[in-house]
Formats: sequence, structure tokens, C-alpha cells
Amino acid sequence: MTLPDPNPSTAGTVAPDEIDEIEIGNSIENAIELKEVEGLSQGRIVLRRFLRHRGAMTAAFVLIAVVLLVTTSIGWGPIPGWWRWSPTEFDDVVNPGGSPTLSFEGGLTIGSHPFGQDNLGRDVFARVMRGTQQSLIVMVIVGLVATSIGIVMGAVSGFLRGRIDNVLMRFTDMIITIPVIMIGAILGRLVATQGATAVMLGLALSLVTWTSMARLVRAEFLSLREREFVDAARVAGASNSRIMFKHMLPNAVGVIIVNTTLLMASAILLETALSYLGFGIRAPNVSLGTLIAEYQTAFATRPWLFWWPGLFIVLIALCVNFIGDGLRDAFDPRQRRIPSKRSMDRAAERAARRQAAAASATATTEASGA
Amino acid sequence: MATSVTGQDVATQPSVEDAQERHAAPRGRLRTSAPMLAFLGRRLLSSAIVLLGATFIVYMVLALALDPLEDLRLSTNPNKEAMIESRIRQLDLDTPAPIRWAKWLGGIATCVIGRCDLGESVTGASVISLLGTAIPSTLQLVGAATFLAIGLGIVVGIASALRQYTGFDYGVTFMSFLLYSLPSFWVAVLLKLWGAIGFNDFLRNPVMSLPTIVGLSVIAGLLWQAVVGGPWRRRGITFLVSGVVTGVVLAAVSATRWLLDPRLGPIAIAILGVGAAFAVTALAAGLRNRRALYSSLTVVALGVALYYPLQSLFYYATAAMIIGLALAAIASGLLVGWLFGGPDRGQSMRAAAITAVIVGALTFVDRVMSVWKIYSESSRIAGRPIATIGAQTPGLSGSFWVETLDTFTHLVLPTTALILISFASYTRYSRASLLEVMNQDYIRTARAKGLPERVVTVRHAFRNALIPLATIVPLDIAYLFGGAIITERIFAWSGMGSLFLHSLASQDANPVMGYFIVVGTSLVLANIIVDFIYAALDPRIRVNA
Repeated sequence: MTLPDPNPSTAGTVAPDEIDEIEIGNSIENAIELKEVEGLSQGRIVLRRFLRHRGAMTAAFVLIAVVLLVTTSIGWGPIPGWWRWSPTEFDDVVNPGGSPTLSFEGGLTIGSHPFGQDNLGRDVFARVMRGTQQSLIVMVIVGLVATSIGIVMGAVSGFLRGRIDNVLMRFTDMIITIPVIMIGAILGRLVATQGATAVMLGLALSLVTWTSMARLVRAEFLSLREREFVDAARVAGASNSRIMFKHMLPNAVGVIIVNTTLLMASAILLETALSYLGFGIRAPNVSLGTLIAEYQTAFATRPWLFWWPGLFIVLIALCVNFIGDGLRDAFDPRQRRIPSKRSMDRAAERAARRQAAAASATATTEASGA
Repeated sequence: MATSVTGQDVATQPSVEDAQERHAAPRGRLRTSAPMLAFLGRRLLSSAIVLLGATFIVYMVLALALDPLEDLRLSTNPNKEAMIESRIRQLDLDTPAPIRWAKWLGGIATCVIGRCDLGESVTGASVISLLGTAIPSTLQLVGAATFLAIGLGIVVGIASALRQYTGFDYGVTFMSFLLYSLPSFWVAVLLKLWGAIGFNDFLRNPVMSLPTIVGLSVIAGLLWQAVVGGPWRRRGITFLVSGVVTGVVLAAVSATRWLLDPRLGPIAIAILGVGAAFAVTALAAGLRNRRALYSSLTVVALGVALYYPLQSLFYYATAAMIIGLALAAIASGLLVGWLFGGPDRGQSMRAAAITAVIVGALTFVDRVMSVWKIYSESSRIAGRPIATIGAQTPGLSGSFWVETLDTFTHLVLPTTALILISFASYTRYSRASLLEVMNQDYIRTARAKGLPERVVTVRHAFRNALIPLATIVPLDIAYLFGGAIITERIFAWSGMGSLFLHSLASQDANPVMGYFIVVGTSLVLANIIVDFIYAALDPRIRVNA
């Protein structure tokens, strides 16, 4: 096939509708792309992409459901819940050995102790709910506090550069050199002498988990500070802190949010691991980790004691990870929806058919012209 | 000398100019290597400072968190006061913590002259000797797991990237997210129940029912067709073949009660070896390279022919001998490949050497299997071979092979737990990195010039996809020295992790510091190594001094 002539008036042999078709194809593609983002702010585009991410949306719904279940069922602090047992209440053992009353035989029956009872007759559902509350508190506190520390450290060193940057980053390196689980255990031990509450543990763990956030924010600020809007703000007389937190921070929000979710997922695993080892939350307080530690010896005889806490850890961590993945995709400016192999094949087939049709059309024009 | 000359009036002394010219050459060479040295020096210095600061932080937090006198204060011993006094003197608790840290640092400084002093534990044992026993046992546990996880993760990640946006890819992605989110202590306890107790119960009467065999065959078939992919016809054929083969093998294993007395024998080694020869050749050289195929097959024939002679040699086996035999296998593979000659000897040599290692490993496994029956029926094991605790069966004595098998049965569960947890990240990394490489222009060039897809993937894409991984692996190897704190605890493995946990629980600061100095130093060194690997492997990155 000959190339389209640059001068259309002399393009006698090339079918004119072929050029049109290429142009129309391109313009359709552009139109589709434009339609996806037309008249939308950056935030709306990101939100839209996130809402389209099936895995992340499912994870978000599951996580919301878990949080609702956990907060309302046994109540939170002074607020009463709708569940009839409290985590510390003893009841007569209903099923032999306290096995779960939840069953799927002949329809769903929930019974009075759906997750079963432990050897003392305490309701496992209530205990798991309480443990999940504690683990969630730690997760959220780490997410908030560690992120804030990381943002401030990273923003200051990335924006001011020079000696301050050097000092702050060497300090960050020092913290990174210490394995998280090691320093976490030591801090957990320190907190335990003050009475280990979830809030205290969360704050302690925040002190050692902010490092990756600081590095990411610093890298982001190093590139952002060279942009024109920073100069514009400075010319307009904005102070350093205003430039950092009012102008630059919103531009780094994608990196921060994504990293926060991943941080929270690792925080819940860290907290449960430390509590399992005995360096985190301690009795009489319960967390998902202490439940597993407490019940692991009964594993062979009462497996349900062990199943449920683990299931909730996996569920929460998995959901948070999936949400983080969806957010990463949504914030990625390079991200385009890549068509699947099958639709690519189909498009190729269509193109081939069109080419064949065009070729025959040319042949007929040539034939008619001749 | 050159500087002193240039310090004079240069313009009036043309001879000095010549001298400078002559000096220019060595100085130029120096200039190319000097940035590297300067970079190394600066990196070492700043790492040392960072490590110093980190030890200070840890020391202070430990001094704050631990109370080494707690157990004595609670004791009812009549000479409690004297014991407290002696411990205060032993651990030097009267001096403020920062000064104690400086003294502790002085002890480390003596490492330079060859005798290290990392202090003593509460019980009076020297930290160096504690570390000396903990490090090897940790390396044994975590080393195998890390390398297996790296290998497995890369293979799965590559397969997943090559089948992007297929069911297999989504499945692998979901699995890696799931494994990411699994708490390691939960997995380890589950493995103890299913892996050890369940499997040991199953071994009492290792017969699989027909539905089990069919179910496993269907799963295997589905897995293979997902991996192989392609049009539906090919998928169907793959499903059928792999399913039937799995079913037949499982039925044979079940019917002959193979698991009670497993053996491979020369015939199975020959079949597996030929399969490996074809697979290795297909990946490393392509099946159209006949020379590579024939050299691999020759190696297999050689291995099978040596099967019986080796059995008598194995009677005197030691660890050194096994390593020597492995090296001999590689050497013979290389030799066979070289002898086959041809235009591209390297390919044949590589394929033959890899095949030789596989055949050698099969022979080794076969020999280990042969003591399985004796081992599992011995009084110490009593038919429950998969161990859940410790590194070896106490009181068990036997030949090299029995002890090797004993180590394996103790390693299998903790290793599986560690692999399950760590391999997800390698899968993600290798998948992302291969996908990025595959979208680059030089890959399109390679395809456009007509190279087969195997060459494009293995020779052009795969190698470059490994570069980002090469920067993660040294860090993970450094973490090896820290051990797997949770896994060691659950499987009662007395390595670094146990040392740390035990010392922390018994309010013993010095061993914790010893633990940290090992982990921290290896981490810092690994970071420097990573920088150099990156600079060496990726020409786009320059060391800027």
C-alpha cells in the first residue's frame, strides 16, 4: 500500500476515505480519552479511577463492614453494643467443648455463641471483637502519627536541603538500621512497664515506622521545590511553612496516601506479632495477637479459638493492602487502562478486515478508473 | 611532586609544562578510579556514623526499658541484697547509661586488635560465644528459606508477567497479596498442625482415596493449563496430559505405599533427568540447538551410569565429599558441553552443567530417601518423621545420611513458613520489573529483527529485569543474620531470633546489643554493596563523588 501523499490533491491512487478513517479512528480515541477526564478536577479523576478498581472497592466495602461490626457489636467504651455477651463474661458451655454454634446445616443458624466458647466459657465472638478493636486502634494511630512524623521530617529536609537535610536524613538512616520488629519489641517492653494500652503501643510503634514515609516525602519535595508554583508563592510573599504545607503538600498527597495504607497494613501485622510474642498489648487487655498466643496450645482440641482471630487479621490486612493497591493505580498519572489480550486481538482482527475492505475498495476504484 | 612544581611560575618554565604533560597520564587514570575510592570512603564513614548513632539509640532505649534487677528484687533469697550488689557490680549499673555505652563501644573497638569484648549476659556468659552458637544455626534455617524464596519468587513472578492479565496472573497477584497479609505466627502454627501432625497421621496408612486423587489431578491440570496458557485447544491438551500424569503418579504412590519407603532408583532418575535435560535446554538454549540438547542428554546418561558406583562411595560420605561431588558434576557438565563444541559452546556448557546439577541432586535425594524407612521406624522417631521443634532429634545417632535426613525433617516446616511469607514480595518485584523491561524499545528491536520469543525473554529481558532484584537481595541476606524472630520462637530453633527474644524477656541488655551489632553491621555493609552492584550493573547510574 502506498503512503498517503502529503499533498491531497495529487493523491489519486490512495482511497481518500482511508485517510479519513485513520483520522477518524484517532479522533475517536482522543474523544474517548477526553471524555474520561473532561471538565474534571484531578481529585475527581483519581476518585473515579479508584471507584472503577474492582478489587479495591470490594476491599473497601469489606473493611467498612468489619469496622461497623467491630464497633457496634460489643460497643465501644461507654457506648453499649447489640451483642449479648461481653468479652469477660462467663457462660455455661453450650456445645460440647464450647464448639461454635454457627452452622450451615439446614440453613444458617447462628446460635448463642457463633464463634464458640473458650475453656472458661467466655464468648469467642465478643473476645475477637474486643481484640480487633484494640488492633484497629493501634493501626489507625500508627497510620496517623507515623505519617505525620514522616511528612514533617521529609518535607523539612526536602524543602530546606543543606545541613538540616543531612542531619535529618542521617537520623532517618539510624532508625532504618534498627530492625522494626526488634525496636518494636523493646519499645513494647518499655510501654508495658507503664501499663500497655493500645494507644500507648500505637504511639510507641509510630516512633519507629515513619522512616519510609520521610524518605518518600523528601524525594517528592526535592522535585516539587523546583517547580514554578513554588517560585510564584515565594514571590507572592508566602512563608516557608506556608509553601511547604499549603502549596507543596497537596501535590504530594498521592504518594502519602498510598504509603499510609501500606504502612497501616504492616502496622497491624507488627502489632499482632508483638502482642503474640508478649511485648505488645498484655492481659487483661486483649488484641488479636494475644488471643492467638493464648489459644495456640488449645489448637488441636479447640481449633475455632485459633481460627477467628487469625481470620480477622488476614481480612483487615488484606483489605488495607488491596485499597492501597487501588489507590496507587488511581494516583498514577501514567496509568492507562490497558486493554486485555482478547480485546487487542479483536481490534487487530477488525483492523485487518478494514484493511482488506479498503484494499478491495482501492482495487475497485483503480479498476473503475482504468 | 607535581603540585610543588606547579606551585612555581609555570609560564617561564616550559620544561615544567612537559613534566606536567608526563604526569597527566597517571593522574588521568587516577581520576577515573578516584571517585570510586572517594565514594567508598565517604560511604564507609557515613555508615559508621549512622551505625554508631543507632547503637546509641538502642542502648539508651534498652537502658530505659529493661530492669536487670527485677528478678532479684522479687526473689525471697535471704542474701538478696548481696546478690543485687554483685549484679550491679557485674553489669556496672552505677555508671550512667551514656558512659556505659562508651565503655561498651570501647569493648567493640578491641575487635580491631583481634579480641572482641561485647560484654557479658546476666548469667555471665560472654556475648561473643552466645552469638557464635546462634549465628550458624540461624543461617542454616533462614539461608535455605531465603534462597528458595528468591528462586521461587522470581520464577513465579516471571511466569506471571509473561501471562499478564490472564487468570493465572490475577491468581498469582491475589495469592501474593494474601501471603503479604498473613501473620507469620499464625501460618507457622497452622503448618505445625497440618504439616506435621496431619502428615504424620497420614503416614500411618498412606493410602489416598479415589476422590482425593481425582481432585488433586484436576487441580494440577488446572494449574498447568493456566501456566502454559495459549488458545483453548492447547489449554485443553495441557489440562488432560498434566492431570492424567498427576493422577497416575499419585495412584502409584498410594498403591505401592511409596511414602513409607521412598526410593527413586536409576530408572526414575533417568526419566526425570531426561525431562530436566529437555526443560533446561529449552530454556537455556532452545530445543533447536541440537548440540546443547545432546550434551545435556549425555550428562544424564553419565549420571545414570554412575548411579551404582556412587552408592558404594556414598557409604563413606561426609559433607565435604558431597560438596566436592557437586563441583565435580558441574565441571563434568561444562566439559561435556565444551567437547560437543559447535559455534556457541557456552550455551551447551551451561545447559549441560545445569542438567548435571539436577541429576546429581536427584541422586543425592535418592540416597537420603533410602534411609527414610530406617529413620522413621527408629525408636526416637516412632513413625512421626516430620518434626515441629528444634534443629535435631535429641539422642539420635546414625550415619551421615540419617543425620542429613534428620536435619531435613526439622528444616522442612520452618523453611516452608518462611518461604510462604517472604516469597510474595519477590514475586511482585520480579513481575513488575520484567513488565517494565518488556515495554522498552530494545525489546521491540529484538523482536523486530526476528529473534524467537525465548531469546527475547531469556537473553534480553530477563537479565535486565534482575537488576532491581540484585539491589534487594543483599539487604535480605543481611537480614538473614537477624534470623526469623517469630519463626524461631514457634519452632524452638535456637538461633539469633531466640537469643534476642530470650535476652529481652530476661532483661538482659548486652546480648540484645550483640544481636543488634551483628544485624546492623551486616545491613549497613549490604547497603554499600547494593550501591556498588547497582553502579556496576546499570551503566545509566554513575557514582557521583
